[in-house]
Formats: sequence, structure tokens, C-alpha cells
Amino acid sequence: MIVYLVRRVGQSLLAVMAMAVLVFIGVYFIGNPVDVLINPEATQADILATTERLGLDKPLWQQFGIFLGNALQGDLGTSFVYGRPALDIILERLPATMELALVALFLSVAIGIPLGVWAGLRPESIAGRTIMGGSILGFSLPNFWQGMLLILVFAVLLGWLPAGGRGATTEVLGLQVSFLTWDGLSHLILPAVNLALFKMSLIIRLARANTREVCLQDYVKFARAKGLSPRRVVLVHILKNIMIPVVTIIGLELGSMVAFAIVTETVFAWPGMGKLLIDSINLLDRPVIVAYLMLTVLIIVGINLLVDVIYSLLDPRIRLSEMKG
Amino acid sequence: MTTHPAAPPRAAPVDSPTRRIIAQFMEDRVAVLGLILFICIAILALMAPWIAPQNPYDLSQLNIMDGALPPGEVSFGTDMTYMLGTDQQGRDMLSAILYGLRISLMVAGVSLLLAITVGTIVGVTAAYFGGRLDSFIMRVVDLQLSFPAILIALILLALLGRGVDKVILALVIVQWAYYARTVRSSAIVERRKDYVDAARCLALPHRRIMFRHLLPNCVPPLIVVATVQIAQAIALEATLSFLGVGVPITEPSLGLLIANGYDYLLSGRYWISLFPGIALVLTIIAINVVGDRLRDVLNPRLQK
Amino acid sequence: MSQLLDVRDLQTQFFTRDGVATAVDGVSFTLNRGEILGLVGESGSGKSVTGFSILGLVDPPGRVTGGQILFDGDDLVRGGEPLLRGLRGKRIAMIFQDPMMTLNPVLRIDTQMIETVQAHAPVSRAEARARAEEALVRVGISSPAERLKSYPHQFSGGMRQRVAIAIALLHKPDLIIADEPTTALDVTIQAQILSEVQALCSQSGTALIWITHDLAVVSGLADRLAVMYAGRIIEEGPTAEVIARPRHPYTRGLIDSVPQGKRHGARLAQIPGMTPSLLNLPEGCKFAPRCPRADAACAVEPRLDPSGPGRAVRCHHPHGDSETRVLS
Repeated sequence: MIVYLVRRVGQSLLAVMAMAVLVFIGVYFIGNPVDVLINPEATQADILATTERLGLDKPLWQQFGIFLGNALQGDLGTSFVYGRPALDIILERLPATMELALVALFLSVAIGIPLGVWAGLRPESIAGRTIMGGSILGFSLPNFWQGMLLILVFAVLLGWLPAGGRGATTEVLGLQVSFLTWDGLSHLILPAVNLALFKMSLIIRLARANTREVCLQDYVKFARAKGLSPRRVVLVHILKNIMIPVVTIIGLELGSMVAFAIVTETVFAWPGMGKLLIDSINLLDRPVIVAYLMLTVLIIVGINLLVDVIYSLLDPRIRLSEMKG
Repeated sequence: MTTHPAAPPRAAPVDSPTRRIIAQFMEDRVAVLGLILFICIAILALMAPWIAPQNPYDLSQLNIMDGALPPGEVSFGTDMTYMLGTDQQGRDMLSAILYGLRISLMVAGVSLLLAITVGTIVGVTAAYFGGRLDSFIMRVVDLQLSFPAILIALILLALLGRGVDKVILALVIVQWAYYARTVRSSAIVERRKDYVDAARCLALPHRRIMFRHLLPNCVPPLIVVATVQIAQAIALEATLSFLGVGVPITEPSLGLLIANGYDYLLSGRYWISLFPGIALVLTIIAINVVGDRLRDVLNPRLQK
Repeated sequence: MSQLLDVRDLQTQFFTRDGVATAVDGVSFTLNRGEILGLVGESGSGKSVTGFSILGLVDPPGRVTGGQILFDGDDLVRGGEPLLRGLRGKRIAMIFQDPMMTLNPVLRIDTQMIETVQAHAPVSRAEARARAEEALVRVGISSPAERLKSYPHQFSGGMRQRVAIAIALLHKPDLIIADEPTTALDVTIQAQILSEVQALCSQSGTALIWITHDLAVVSGLADRLAVMYAGRIIEEGPTAEVIARPRHPYTRGLIDSVPQGKRHGARLAQIPGMTPSLLNLPEGCKFAPRCPRADAACAVEPRLDPSGPGRAVRCHHPHGDSETRVLS
């Protein structure tokens, strides 16, 4: 298990390195780094100072070393717009995004798995077909368009929920969270549903397909032949088997939730790091873009690592072969 | 020899796999409706310049007096009826949607073809040569697929700037890996068969073995992945344009039309944003319904 | 011996997209307590579906569409799911063909055994675990306490089948339906399992329906044989009788195609043709197209008629007792 962990962590570091190289190439090689990293309104003296600090006059491999060294120390440049370290600005927005993503993930799992299993157990029933039809809809409506419809219906036409912003937050363990007050929760519902719908459809389809496949297996029939209640057959024998692929997907999807939050946050003016990214792109605040990218890569790679570990805990077959290997 | 030299040399037998697949596809009425809908949409998009009531980007045809008219209003200048209303600049929304559809489909279609080409070549190469090359390619594919497409596309466009060509490039870059993985996994199954080794012993050129023998086996899964991916491509392009990093304002796709009308949506002028959105959603649903059925029909595991 | 199971005119159909397939058509047989019945046939003959029909485990699009299954006097067809739930695993157990597939790969052996105990007996986990260990010992698995903590993939095929048999024996059932339980195993393991099952059943007085395509396997095991073809029983009788003097041409073909040591060098007989599709059965006798004895009379389907003490055959032209077996 430890060998496996070490190897997996090594792979993850490699992935982060690879992305760092790509970001470096994107920033330093394709564009002129002076343009990318230095405020266009800077004075000649500023430009010279930054050029020297970033070592832009040095050979490329040295520049990469400096970039990496700075990145490791948390220095990903200074925002043109805010005049503060880009990483700090991003980190301030991180809790809002994570709260949104986690709530959305919870919604999509808590609703998606039961619906998917139901549809998988009775694929020909009306309920099963309706669930599948609904999931095609959730799959097909582009995220931003769903968000707009949600605002149109629940905020504009019905007036039940606010159209945007985050509302009141409460501090828990030093983090600002929304879900503890009604005002915060009411601001959270629409964006979270918006972010959840697509993933929910994905989970429904995955759970349904896996349920159908597992249902055909002999061990399900054997479990029934043992006289187990249908409840136990579904909740233990089927569910435990479909959880393996579903957990994998859920984990990977948490990463993409953080990315898709860009869209939801823009539509709902949710003050997370995704909205910050779009604002920064529009304002050409490139240090923030670079910082966002590096942080997101780190988050996604970290999540993938975590998922792999959980996966190996869930599936005894993998656990054994990996421990041997 | 027969007396009918014109007769086709190989008439498909009634139960050829292709025919069976088509017959099975046709059994699902929803899927057939989806297919018909998609064909109609594609024709409308293709014919846009000839059937649209006006050229929405010829500024001389626009009348600012007609700005933000609701659906069904008649123009102040000409006697033209705006069936789906106009936008703030007095542009006929129906025409704008037809032209936007054209751009959306064109971007998705071109990127699809390019991504399939790149992905297929890479995938077949990896499967055929195997070994180090294979594991290197698959590492790259896995690495890329572990990052969300929208993130990669967004960053690329943030660095490259707006433009139809740049959007296409971004879509190809985020999509080729799906095809490479699909093609490789089907090709590798075929690669293990003895006749491929036999063909290599005969010193047939690599290219011939790869494309004449390995490739045909990859077609069914490729079709399934392609239908899913083209819907994704259309949605992704729309999203990028909505976020303001996609196509330029001079060539608005459906996503950009929706974004332009977004501010007016909340003030009640719903049509500027809603109708392009419906067009976009109908297109994607049609493709997804077809893709869903294709996957069921082409998946041998669920055949009973 | 008293009667345990009485299957009367059982019919099981599958409603597929290509039409209705009658997998089991008018099957009747009885089974006494402690008796071993060999249900023999090629794949697609309906022998497995018959087994699943008894337990009510036919998966959609199939279902039992007619007949009665009287188990100790209760009709399982009419009693449906509530009645069957109480019987499955407790009074009627089943062993499946492929031991690689019958144990849930993600659950430990103890979970899978304890849940079976607790499904029918209101006992504590500790008590259930003790019974599970006991059952493992009975099928010849040593250090059961450790074994219980393993996952199925840590066992060999033979061991897994032993575990499956131990699970089937947990509640000392009246009847075990074994669906080709040795087909997927090595020959040496096959023989072990076979004799163990036989011993265990005779100890506990459990009746057994042994479903197989392999005559050689059941001939040493079963008290009686029933041979199935195209969803029907075409011949039944005491094992020794049927093997020595098969009446139905199909049964004879099956026996002749089993290699035997003393006929070294002789060519094996084979039955010409293929099993007919259930969707497209011939009129009349279903075996006629492959039968060397078929004639015009065979255009009418024969009934299963008695043909001697405890024997019955479904044929217009059965072989007589005096006929010697032809070897081609």
C-alpha cells in the first residue's frame, strides 16, 4: 500500500510539473512575457525592475527555474488590477468556490445515484424512461443556459430566490460559509443546483448503466437465491459494486466542478475564483490567470490522487494486485 | 458470367450488420425524431444565407428604429415582420439565429473532423507500434483527460485571444485525446490477432496494415464517441462565446447571441436571449438522443 | 420416501424483441426427499430455466406462464415472491455454474455467509459467524475463521465452489438445485466436489436436482435421469436403466457420444445437425429433423408415454430393450 501511495504521489507530482511546463511555455514562450506579466501601464523603470526580478534576460531554462522557484514559494506574480500577490487574491476566493462545488457535488450524488439505480433496476418502466429522458435534458442544456433559465424562473418570474451574489456568510473554522443562514442558503441554492444538474445527469446515466450490468451478474442472482430481501440485494450487493466506478467519476468530477464553477459563478455573480478568472481575462490581469491555473491544476491533481486511494480501498481486487505490484 | 454486368458485385445481404443496426435504430421513435430534427437543423444552417429574411451583419439592412421589438412586430421602415423579434440594434432574431447556427455547427463540425483525424492517427499508431511509444502517448492522453475540457479551452483562448480559428484550435486540442483513446483501445484488440502478425511478416507497409486492417474495427465506437463529442463541442463553443472568450462579435455564434441578450433577459425582453438558446438546446438534444440510441445499438454487451 | 417436489406442466416463456420463446414447455416431474435427479440436456434445452423457474428466479423478459410447482404441497407459482422469499436459501438452495461469478467480488466471504444465515434465522452475528465456520469445515475448508475474512478473488475456483456449496448448505435445505456446478472446474476438482456433494446430501437427507449437459457426470450420481430437448422432457427413468437401454434416439445419441475406455479406437458417434432455435421450432416432434428414425408419423408431436417401470419416453419410434446399440 505504501509503495503504491509513493508511486501515485510521484505520478501526481509529474503531472503538476508537466502542467507547470505548459503554463511556462504558454506565458513565456508563445507570448512576450514582458507583456504577459508586466502591467501595460508600468513605467520603464518598473519594467526593468520586474524583468530583472523574473530573470527575463536570462536563458530559458534559467527562467524556468526562477518561475518554478517563485511558484514553490507561492509567488505567482502580482495582480495588475489589485496590486497584490495574485495567489492571495485567488485564495481569498477559494472558499466560496469550494463551498459551491461541494454542495453541488453533494446534490448530484444524493439525487443522482438513487435515481440512476432506480432507472437501472427498471429500465423499461415509465419512471425509468422518464429519469433517462430527464438526464438527456440535463446533459444537453448548456450550463450557462440552465443557469439563465433558473434565474428567469425562480428569481425574475417567481421572485423566490435572489438572482446573484453570495448573501450573508457565517465564519466556521476561519472560513466564510453560506449554508448556515437562510440568506446565505437562498443565494446558494440556484448556483448549486445549476452546477449540480449536469453532473447529476452524468451520475444518473453511469449508475443506471452499471446497475443494469451488475443486475445481469450471477452473484446478484445467487444473492436472491440465498433468500436475501430485495432491499439487501440492492443496497449491499448491487450498490457496493456500482460504487466503484461511480466514486471514480465523482472524484474526477469534483475537479471539473471547480472548472465548471467558472460558468456558474459568472452567471450568478458568485464571488468565487471562477468569476475572478473571467474578470481577469477580460481585464488582461495575467498574473491572476497564471495563479488560477496553477492552483486549479494542483487541486485537480490532488483530487485525482485522493480518488485513486479511495478507489483502491473500495475494490479489494485492485488493493491486492497493487500491493503486490 | 452473368448477363447483367452492371449488377453490383456485392449486394448487401438482408441481414448485414449495417442493415441490422439501421433497423434497430429505427425502432426507437424518439431517436428517429432526433435524427430528423438534426437533419432539418443542419439544412437550415447550411441554407442560412438564402432563407434568412435579412443579412443580420449587413449594417445597411438594419434599422435602429426597430431595436428590441418583441416577436411578431412589423418593421418601421420596411413591411417586414420580425417573427422572433429583434435585438437592441434592430437585427431580425430569426436571421441572426440562422446565421449563428451556421457558425456554431461549422465550428463544431470542423473541429470534430480535425480532432478525429488527429486522434485516429495517434490512436492507431499507439496501438500498432505498442511498447514505449504506446505508453508515452497514453500517458499524455490520460494527463490531458484528467483536466476538464472547459478549463483547457478557456486558458488556451485567454492566451491566444478571440477568433473562429482559435476556437476551432482549442476544441481540437481538448477533443483529440478522446478519439485517440477510443481508437487505440479498439485497435489494440485487433492488433493482437494473428493475421496482423502475418501481414507484418509479409512486409506489408505499416500504413496499409494500420488503416486497412486496424481502423475498420474502430469505427463503431468512434461513431458513438463522435456523436457525444460533437454535442459537447457545440455546448463548449457556446459556453466559451458566452464567457466572452470565443468567437468574435463580427461572427456571432448562438452562444454569443445568448450572451448579448442576457442583460435584456432580466428586464423582460426575453426573446433576444431565449430563442437562440432554444435553437442551441434543440440542436444538442437532437444529437444526444441520436447518440444515446446509437450507443445502445452498437454496444454488443447489452444485446439480448 | 415421501414426495418433496411435484412439477406439473411447467411453462416458462421469454418475451423477446424477436418473438416469444418457450424455453420450458409442459415439463412435469416429481422428486422424493433425499432423491437425486439428473436433468440432462444441451445448452438451450431449457434445463437451467427449469431450475430457475422452481426458485422464481427467471429474469425478465422471461417468466413462468403456466403449470404448477408443488413444493411440499405449496404451489410456488401461485404463492409467488412472498412464498419464494421464505423458501430460497432456507428450504431450497441453489448452486451456480461458474464459481468465479457467484460470489460477490467486493464483499468478504463472512459478509456473504452471515447475511444468508441472518436472512432466515434470527440469530446474533457471532452465532451466525459460528454457523458459517461450521459450514466451511463441512465442505472441507480448513482454518475457516481466517478464510471468512478473505475476498472471493483470494480463492481458487474449486474453493469458491466449496464456499458456494457451504452457503447452500447453511440452512440444511430440503432441496438443492445445482446448475452445472462442476462444469467450470478442473477434472480432478470436479470429482472431489461431486463426491462431497453426494455425501453431504445423503447425510442431511437433502434432495438434489443436478443440471448438466454431461451424462458421464450424472450417471454415477443421480438416482433418476430426465433428458430435456427443446424445452421438453423427452425421456426419463432410473439412471442405470436409461444409460443401459435408452429409448429415445436423442438419449441414445447422447450416450453414444460419450467416449468410453473399452471402445478405444472406435469413432465417436455424433448427433447430426444443431439444437433448433426456440423461436423457430419444427412442427411435430422437435427432434425429427435430426433423427435417423423419423418418418411421416413424426409430423405429430409425440406425448411423454410410460415405457416400462418408472420410465417414460416421448417418441413414436422408441428403441426397444432388445436392440443392441449401434456404433457407427
